[in-house]
Amino acid sequence: MNRTMETAVSSVTARPAPSRLAYYVKNRWLYLLLLPGLLYFIVFKYLPMWGIVIAFMDYQPFLGVMGSPWVGFEHFEMLVTDPSFIMLFRNTLILAVYNILFFFPLPIVVALLLHEVRHSLYKRLVQTVIYVPHFVSWVIVIGIAYIFFTTEGGLVNELIAFLGGDKIPFLTSSGWFRTMIMSEIVWKETGWGTIIFLAAIAGVDPQLYEAARMDGAGRVRQLWHVTLPAIRSTIVILLILRLGNFLDTGFEQIFLSLNATTREVGEVFDTYVYRLGLQEGRYSYSTAIGLFKSVIGLIMLAGANYLAKRLGEEGVY
Amino acid sequence: MIESRALSYRLIDALIYGALFMLALVMAIPFLYIIAGSFASPSEYLNKTFLLFPTEFSFEAYRFIFSSGTFVSSLLVSIYITVIGTAVNLFFTVTMAYPLARRDLRHRRAIMLGVLFTMLFSGGIIPLFLVVKGLGLLDSLWSLMLPVAVSPFYLIILKNFFQQLPDGIEESAKIDGCNELQILFRIVLPLSIPAIATFSLFYAVMHWNTFFHAIMFINDSGKWPIQVLLRQVVIISSGVFETTGGSDVVPPGQTVKMAVIVVSTIPIMLVYPFLQKHFAQGVLLGSVKG
Repeated sequence: MNRTMETAVSSVTARPAPSRLAYYVKNRWLYLLLLPGLLYFIVFKYLPMWGIVIAFMDYQPFLGVMGSPWVGFEHFEMLVTDPSFIMLFRNTLILAVYNILFFFPLPIVVALLLHEVRHSLYKRLVQTVIYVPHFVSWVIVIGIAYIFFTTEGGLVNELIAFLGGDKIPFLTSSGWFRTMIMSEIVWKETGWGTIIFLAAIAGVDPQLYEAARMDGAGRVRQLWHVTLPAIRSTIVILLILRLGNFLDTGFEQIFLSLNATTREVGEVFDTYVYRLGLQEGRYSYSTAIGLFKSVIGLIMLAGANYLAKRLGEEGVY
Repeated sequence: MIESRALSYRLIDALIYGALFMLALVMAIPFLYIIAGSFASPSEYLNKTFLLFPTEFSFEAYRFIFSSGTFVSSLLVSIYITVIGTAVNLFFTVTMAYPLARRDLRHRRAIMLGVLFTMLFSGGIIPLFLVVKGLGLLDSLWSLMLPVAVSPFYLIILKNFFQQLPDGIEESAKIDGCNELQILFRIVLPLSIPAIATFSLFYAVMHWNTFFHAIMFINDSGKWPIQVLLRQVVIISSGVFETTGGSDVVPPGQTVKMAVIVVSTIPIMLVYPFLQKHFAQGVLLGSVKG
């Protein structure tokens, strides 16, 4: 059966103008394989994108997307005049800037340090340990933070008390919120972040180092003139990607860390969308907020990419 | 001159080694402390503040949490979505990556662009929620597996991997009368086992850690995966166990929290050594271009 099909198909394709249909018949198995994946992207990626239209509607669940009335940009006007808007924007922006200032350079520094280690066993040991936190969930990371920093018997506060200081409410004070968030990110992701830079460093031709040494370059000069230029494009690409996700503050972490006392400094776009949309059922308004954030992300990505290309670096697209 | 240079060299080395040691310590101590604390006996826990090494071991906290139906059921839920979810991931990712690895496939470019675009832009959480709701998946464990069936990132890496396989093998299989399905399952997949194993592990970790989708899509506390329960116990400190715990003696809250954290981290630690072997490749191949 199969064999006869095969010969039939090849005789079709041998004709001077093979029809379109014949091509799909010949490659039917490939397209059949493609089907589940395509269906996934259509249903779970593109259907939600189409669902963005509800940002311009007054969506009522019982009327559905087709039946709900259009309201144009009403929700966006509402957003800009929302008293929470400034707070959300400020909180998101501050965390994003902190992330780039305090977290982004760390993996680079650690990768450079690891590169200087000559005992491969020691190097691997350190790597093994510092990659682990990446794989545990945010729930666990924040759970551990709670256990360490609580004022009721937490290790850190017990130590402070032991040394004669006053206990600090790390978890329920707005002053400590951002510090805690940043420390958690540093703890969880610094090690993992080094991988990509280590890989870039590993790609450097050893002859370059040899030549540099011949010319009398010491350790610092080798670092400055050989290693850093080698990872520069990696740094730029990661920075661009980071800017593309600039306003993504990481829903899970913030959501899990928020409480009544930290909401004022901790509420960001993502958590606000969740609270309004899913807990208060304001679907249209929260979709509009989400869209606003996504569009800013796209613009930032395009801008950063353009800038990188102008500076003579390879962009991400 | 040379002497002093060698000395400063060694001094810098010592500083670097020391700094890295401190870093590793900072990453490791929280885990060690949690593990030690979970085994500490109630009396010891209440009397000392720091116990990196408990002097008397006690399994009280573990006995307590495993006597709770809620805890065991959420462990089972997590195991279920991890196993089935990973199988779903592999099916969708492999079947899609294979045709896309064919350079001559029509519409390939359009499909790849469509995939790439989803990495830059998404509909957001509310439209996704409405889609899942519309499909009737709310409160079903499928809502934790289907919406994450394909990671565009892994799809592209796997596609690139398939492209690297020599064309000759497929050609000769075709001549021998294999159709595309047979080529994929009998020839390409057996050649790709290391790559597939890597993706399974990463997908499995993702499912084990799933939290956001669970709080979005699952209301029924009987279907909570472990991470959601973990939040209730450790962060909110709600009395999940008080009502369901079957043990007579209630161990101190902190040791119970620690035991819960340890149990839910064990699976990650079990796969970690296998994951580690493939890190660099996995991240590197992701030069997402083409």
